[in-house]
Amino acid sequence: MNESNVGQADAKSTFKVKVGLAEMLKGGVIMDVINAEQARIAEDAGASAVMALERVPATIRKEGGVARASDPQMIQEIQATVNIPVMAKCRIGHFIEARILEALEVDFIDESEVLTPADEDFHIDKLAFKTPFVCGATDLGEALRRIGEGAAMLRTKGEAGTGNIVEAVRHLRTVRTHIRKLTVLGHEELMTEAKRIGAPYALIEEVARTGRLPVPNFAAGGIATPADAALCMALGAEAVFVGSGIFHSENPAARARAVVLATTHWEDSKRLAEISKGLGSAMGGIEMSKLAEHEKLAKRGW
Amino acid sequence: MDGGLGRAGDAPVGVLALQGGYEAHEKLLVDLGHTTRRVRTAADLDGLAGLVFPGGESSTMLKLIGWNSLWGPLDQFVRSGRPVLATCAGLILSARGVSGPEQPSFGWLDIDVARNAWGRQNESFEAVDDAGLLKLVFIRAPRVRRVGPGVEVVATLRGEVIAVRQGNVTGASFHPELADDPTLHRRVFGPAEGLDWAGSPTDCADRETAVANLQKDWQSHAAHD
Repeated sequence: MNESNVGQADAKSTFKVKVGLAEMLKGGVIMDVINAEQARIAEDAGASAVMALERVPATIRKEGGVARASDPQMIQEIQATVNIPVMAKCRIGHFIEARILEALEVDFIDESEVLTPADEDFHIDKLAFKTPFVCGATDLGEALRRIGEGAAMLRTKGEAGTGNIVEAVRHLRTVRTHIRKLTVLGHEELMTEAKRIGAPYALIEEVARTGRLPVPNFAAGGIATPADAALCMALGAEAVFVGSGIFHSENPAARARAVVLATTHWEDSKRLAEISKGLGSAMGGIEMSKLAEHEKLAKRGW
Repeated sequence: MDGGLGRAGDAPVGVLALQGGYEAHEKLLVDLGHTTRRVRTAADLDGLAGLVFPGGESSTMLKLIGWNSLWGPLDQFVRSGRPVLATCAGLILSARGVSGPEQPSFGWLDIDVARNAWGRQNESFEAVDDAGLLKLVFIRAPRVRRVGPGVEVVATLRGEVIAVRQGNVTGASFHPELADDPTLHRRVFGPAEGLDWAGSPTDCADRETAVANLQKDWQSHAAHD
């Protein structure tokens, strides 16, 4: 930093600026919404951002078919309705859908396994975009590959649309345990580890040194109750995404607000008891053993 | 930017942690030698040396402030005169008037702000202030539309007001904590006791000396990066 910096042009879309928005979403709840009315309910319930999509994961599961990026008109209606950030999903590898979302000026793009993948070999080159990306990850290698491609935020994949938290817990714990392991490995062991898990060496080195991911990691996939949200926070998630869990429950507005409060006050069990009272029934759930392998969304992407 | 606002001893500096960028603020404060405490309830305010209002979503924070009955306790704390730093969403909460859309605010700073007035995330940016002293990161930031007579302008960008001070409250539309720039935190909260740190701008009689000291401070900080 010196005089020569003064008067320089502003630097837009730097990695720092992209991760900066993820930092501002910490401790909050990002809610899936399918129209402007739901977006308004989410904002009124204290959501820190909304995710615009055509069908929530539970509906996609039920109806089947190819799930694609949303109608731009719906996204613009949501943008015109709320003041909090608006995110939207594109298919894995579908960089044209991503460019359309960038042109719509969504605040974050989710390259998401919830939609039907467009490319089974290549994820999007996210460094080529102005708009920041969030991607799902089931383990540390996958997380670091996505960061290597330019993701500014990660989330667990969990198992979207099931109302079952077990996979999100697995992914949070898997990443956390692996990070701890890296911090105690000798420097000479790191390259082998990079090879073993297929992660960029520079990022492996960074995680080994700092003991944390270079970008925020949020929880997603199967969160249905305030207690689920608090559990994810307790396991090191820095914020939570709730998909079908809100608008497929009996009382969306009350449940949405309860999940927001639980994400802030996850350490206070008395508060959690209070928050969890009288919310009506949660969304119906699916046991993992009842899902066929091809129905598991977390297997999409690599 | 003259006149000391506070000097921390053993008492922790609070960071409002309802939602938003509280972690990066904690890191900067800890780097300066302070201890920190996350503030989520009125009881968390007891015995704090000062308070940070971080960035995040101001409308979300307002709701959580209401649901947690924090409006009165926070107002009382700030009016007690202890040093306060409010960034981005924090600046919006501290302002007298808010537009884009209108929403309630505490009014500790006699300024009006417009929310998200630089644009959506694609327009977020990094820059350096007009004096060349502060690293700036703007994230969907508010813009200051009016500055009252009792408000001191602390920093500008291309002539536009981006940081102000009134009494014990310093507010910025940008994120010093994301730029890893401790200058504002140091000015507001001072270094913790026992820190090896020389050249406090708060000890200076005039702005010129303060600026020169900050510049030195900056360079030594940059050298450590």
